[in-house]
Amino acid sequence: MSAAEKQKVLVAMSGGVDSSVAAGLLVEQGYDVTAVTLKLWGGESDSGCCSVSDVDDARRVAYRLGIDHHVFNFGDDFNEHVVDPFVDSYAEGRVPNPCIECNRHIKFAKLLRRADALGFDTIATGHHAKVVTLDDGTFRLGRGADEAKDQSYVLHMLTQAELGRLLLPVGEMTKTRVRELAVEMGFDTAAKPDSQDVCFIHSDGGRAKFLGDRISLTPGTLVENGEQVGTVTAVELITIGQRKGLGFGGNTERRYVTDIDHQTGVVTVGNRAETDRPEVEVAGITWSDQPAVGPVLAQWSAHGARRNGQFVPTGEGKGRMVWDEPQIMVSKGQSVVFYDGDLVLGGGIAQ
Amino acid sequence: MAFYLDHAATTPVREVAVKAMVEAMTAGFGNPSGAHRMAREANRALDDARDAVALALGGKPGEVIFTSGGTEADNLAIVGSLESRRGIAVCSAVEHHAVLEPVERAGGAVVPVTETGVIDLAALEQVLAQAEEVAVVSVMAANNETGVVQPIGQVAEVVRRVAPDALIHCDAVQGMCWLDLAAHCADADLISISSHKFGGPKGAGALLTRNNPALGVLSLGGAQERGRRGGTQNVPGIVAMAAAISATVAERESQVPRVRALRDRLVDEILASVEGAVETGDRASKTVNIAHLCFDGIESEALLFLLESADVMASAASSCASGAQDPSHVLAAMGYDRDLAFGSLRLSLGYTSTDADVDAVLEVIPGAVARLRERS
Repeated sequence: MSAAEKQKVLVAMSGGVDSSVAAGLLVEQGYDVTAVTLKLWGGESDSGCCSVSDVDDARRVAYRLGIDHHVFNFGDDFNEHVVDPFVDSYAEGRVPNPCIECNRHIKFAKLLRRADALGFDTIATGHHAKVVTLDDGTFRLGRGADEAKDQSYVLHMLTQAELGRLLLPVGEMTKTRVRELAVEMGFDTAAKPDSQDVCFIHSDGGRAKFLGDRISLTPGTLVENGEQVGTVTAVELITIGQRKGLGFGGNTERRYVTDIDHQTGVVTVGNRAETDRPEVEVAGITWSDQPAVGPVLAQWSAHGARRNGQFVPTGEGKGRMVWDEPQIMVSKGQSVVFYDGDLVLGGGIAQ
Repeated sequence: MAFYLDHAATTPVREVAVKAMVEAMTAGFGNPSGAHRMAREANRALDDARDAVALALGGKPGEVIFTSGGTEADNLAIVGSLESRRGIAVCSAVEHHAVLEPVERAGGAVVPVTETGVIDLAALEQVLAQAEEVAVVSVMAANNETGVVQPIGQVAEVVRRVAPDALIHCDAVQGMCWLDLAAHCADADLISISSHKFGGPKGAGALLTRNNPALGVLSLGGAQERGRRGGTQNVPGIVAMAAAISATVAERESQVPRVRALRDRLVDEILASVEGAVETGDRASKTVNIAHLCFDGIESEALLFLLESADVMASAASSCASGAQDPSHVLAAMGYDRDLAFGSLRLSLGYTSTDADVDAVLEVIPGAVARLRERS
């Protein structure tokens, strides 16, 4: 019996192609696999997981693999830890990180507790990232083999205990290979489009409607060099560095949002250089293992670039990322994730 | 191997029903609407089935409309009443969604229940008095989650006094095995039943329409069921349902005390061995087959998983379309805290249940609850 055969694995299946193939690979590798789909959102949505048809897709793949499929309703936890904070963030002028909060509280903390209670050894997901074991026996989260699909940014908060009980079977391969395997395995999900945007927001109306139904949105003014140059319907929907959708048209000099005052509704715009900052303060940092100090790479959006700089600790779970070259201002609330090469060191929230 | 404690979801098909069904699908395959001999044979089988259903429900054969099941019968009762007469639909807050949804969609009124899950008769009277006109009042015979039996006679007394023009509908889907519906629903104008809850196949049911009040039609395009429900009848399902209903009525007197003893032992021993377990409702006013409990500090779906691992098949609240456990509207209506309601468990017994089923549950529950409380 191989090591794999002894292990009971609970694989989280969204109904998408990545988690379908992840489940298929685990079955091939001899694990004792059970599938679960998490029901997270009961409201209107068409862009992400949790619809009845997605659950059906997951169930059909599981049946094809000959494994049991269950549905867990984590809707209350999802509202508490993901949707409510998402809305609050906008109301308070911070950028929310719904996928990160979902991973932190739901997909890992809550699911791992549930898996443990039900007698599973490990959980698995279809994320594009790797669990790497170092020589000293500690774990690190590594970037997925497909750089364009890498999801280590949204999984940066995983602890040693969580990494030690996690399998990421598709992290070693490209998305193209995942789709090829899905075809070989005969899954109907092989050609399903990648999930986009925030899973609980309906594409009709989008963020504006979702937030407008829940909080009062504040009309604001666009100001450049102290003069009003336009208006916006909701300052909550404006982000630092934003260029499009400000109503300037394509022929004028490019302007970027350089500051947002949620109290007064004043959105300041300027040229690209005015958005640059030499550093960013980060708090609420969780480290994969030991706190970092000195030269690191940092990334501040899901599929954004990584830039070099020096991490200067300023207290417990706090520090300043000093860029080697000035970088576009990181908005309050965005997650900043630190890397050593391809390995995640940790991450926190921009202040 | 499986220990089946989910009879309220569906109960095994009785042998007499299987036989009747096979007969209707082989020699008796004719279309009952036709004119020739084979058609007449099928039609006669339907007539016999109508007699059996009418007898069990205390009605006349001409008052039976065969449907595709309980949900269609409930929809026909509510929507049909609203189409044929003036006024609103009224139902209790613990009705099955097959009643609640058509009532709510038509802007009807929902009457609260007491903390034991019984309809609040004073509130019913108030709702009826406030409504200008009432087309139909729908109150179930017994609840599908808790087993709580509703006092249909008392409900009818209020309705006749305050809203005499209203029809009274009783969703008796959960009552067939355990209640003498002819007596219990004697004051109801409309009674819904579902074949697979009492040992018939899925896909058959009936609505008894006492004295055949005018009723709107949902399915147009055929003269079947005297034009009240178009579409060729599901003859195999219907004759099997009739065989099952006769068997159910015949053995009810012996099954009720037998199953009650099993249920009482099940609940009493769980309450004795698991701290923080609560039995919902008042046991004396529940059908004898349902053990419905809430466990403090756990989530049903995790408990169901561990029960299944021990080959025990049970359920919690009704499942939503995705198969996830939704919080129970029944427990919410009874005033249960949402967290406690999330830890609900329904163990439902039936005509095939034995001591071994009860023993299997009792062996796994205390350890499973303790494990979940400790680890989640």
